[in-house]
Amino acid sequence: MRVTLRNMNDTTDIQSSVIEPKRRSRLADFFFRLVREKPLGTISGIIVLIFIFVAIFADVLTRFPYDEVNILDRMQGPSAEYLLGTDQLGRDLLTRLIVGARISLTVGLAATALNVVVAVLVGGASGFIGGKLDLGVQRFVDAWMAFPGLLLLLTIMSIAGQGLLQIIVVLGIAGGIGGSRVVRGAVIGIKENDYFLAARAIGSPGHATLVRHVLPNIMAPVIIVFTINIGGVIISEASLSFLGFGLPIEVPSWGGMLSREGREFMEAAPRLALWPGLCLTTIVYCFNMLGDAMRDLLDPRLRGGES
Amino acid sequence: MRAYIIRRLLLIIPTLFILSILVFLSVRFIPGDAIDIMVDNLGLRSVNASFDRAAVERRLGLDVPVYVQYGRWMGDIFLHGSLGESLMGRGAVEEKIMDRLPVTIELGLMAILIGLVIALPVGIYSAMRQDTVADYLGRSIAIIGLATPNFWLALMVMIYPAIWWGWAPPLELVSFTEDPLGNLGMFFIPSLILGTASAAATMRMTRTMMLEVLRQDYIRTAWSKGLKERAVVTRHAVKNALIPVVSLIGLQLPILVGGSVIMENIFNLPGLGRLMLFALDERDYPMVSGINLFFATMVVAINLLIDLIYPYLDPRVRYS
Repeated sequence: MRVTLRNMNDTTDIQSSVIEPKRRSRLADFFFRLVREKPLGTISGIIVLIFIFVAIFADVLTRFPYDEVNILDRMQGPSAEYLLGTDQLGRDLLTRLIVGARISLTVGLAATALNVVVAVLVGGASGFIGGKLDLGVQRFVDAWMAFPGLLLLLTIMSIAGQGLLQIIVVLGIAGGIGGSRVVRGAVIGIKENDYFLAARAIGSPGHATLVRHVLPNIMAPVIIVFTINIGGVIISEASLSFLGFGLPIEVPSWGGMLSREGREFMEAAPRLALWPGLCLTTIVYCFNMLGDAMRDLLDPRLRGGES
Repeated sequence: MRAYIIRRLLLIIPTLFILSILVFLSVRFIPGDAIDIMVDNLGLRSVNASFDRAAVERRLGLDVPVYVQYGRWMGDIFLHGSLGESLMGRGAVEEKIMDRLPVTIELGLMAILIGLVIALPVGIYSAMRQDTVADYLGRSIAIIGLATPNFWLALMVMIYPAIWWGWAPPLELVSFTEDPLGNLGMFFIPSLILGTASAAATMRMTRTMMLEVLRQDYIRTAWSKGLKERAVVTRHAVKNALIPVVSLIGLQLPILVGGSVIMENIFNLPGLGRLMLFALDERDYPMVSGINLFFATMVVAINLLIDLIYPYLDPRVRYS
């Protein structure tokens, strides 16, 4: 049953001389299995890479500044100059979508990275130290999770104010506290293992067991769980921007492009609403499928019965 | 069992306490103090009006330290059942919430109902015909449904029918007592969109649970008795597979609340979600805190209720 990544890690000390080549081959093995066993996950992964490529090279790929207003070219249909047409201010829709990809991915990836850090700090401390601290922290997490997500985010965003940094920090911390349950569970699970007891029995101090035995063994499942969550983070940002509490209106976020400002023009030109939504759905779908595939391949025990 | 109920109820107390502090403090961190924003909102700066700041603070109860304010807030809730007064002169917060509540509850209940009506048959059928075209189709649609932002779906439903048939959702709330059909019609589309979102998750859960149950010994026994498929599924499998789905409904509540904020905003439904956005725009702190506390307490209470009735639904679960 338990022949997974984490148990192989435990033997690191004994075979430290062979671990390097083995690790590389495991990565190659992972990609090989991804392509062979999870075609949908592979395609999704490729689409995610395309979006990342577009986001990184947004400046090169666009022909106009995203905020360039062309009064004379308002509400143009698709043409050779404006491949997807222009919006009510004559801004190129394709350019705004491309810059939007950069924004969505920046928020999605940065907030998720912060999620992992916060979740490992909160959940790790709570699970590792246990006792009264655990009881107290968990009541706080209970309260946090009972708070309907969007209401909590709306309230905090009106404290933090609109902005890219603000939304990353807010989504990162809010999601991290909620996600700390996963980390806490994983840490408590490890504390039951013989190798953990053995480390304590030979007198290894607390911080050493934490760094050497607990953290390496929780990182794989933690990263998988949070990868699956990237799509959710992107939707949260879009929802907040849509409601006018996320990014400022001049920033071409996909959610913001769908917000009230442009609503009256969408009936005249539905593509203004169609494209940002399609981009959102596609990237979220691909992150979900890629995350699912990674989970199935790397840690089947996390599947939770979904088959 | 009684010990479990008592322990569960005791654990609720610190959760609600921390929740109330979270709700209360969060609005106090909104930059600038309430009076400044009030002055800005009223446009008093431009007319250079002078006013007695200390008197306004006293009147709004902002002249005492934060912990005293919190104490008063809690005291009012427990002693008078009052969530305070709107800063913007819109009356008592709890009355406003009660005014708006029916709309949000109707939306939420219809969404849950529609979600179940879609999810259960599809989930059950998908499990019965595992790995067939129908199964793949159902699952693919569910996964796409999970990835589609509900506000975008709502926008599409607003825009395309408007172009094709000149249809637009009504701007005024149609009362149920005056025009039941018109009222249900008004709630149908937003509930459908909210419902499909939760249906995706429920369908996946139903399918998984059904697959698990269908592999049990007692199902094989039922088959070997010569029962028809319909009897095996309806009488033996579904009953047991659906129990965990009940707790999923509780887990989906917070998401449903968020979705109703968005749907009320798009479809002009005067519910609690729209009140919340309005209050946030106006920086009406008592209103924001009141709505937040109300929703969070509802979520805690309903989840507690589901936990408590669970052993009655599933006798195998015995809390100790």
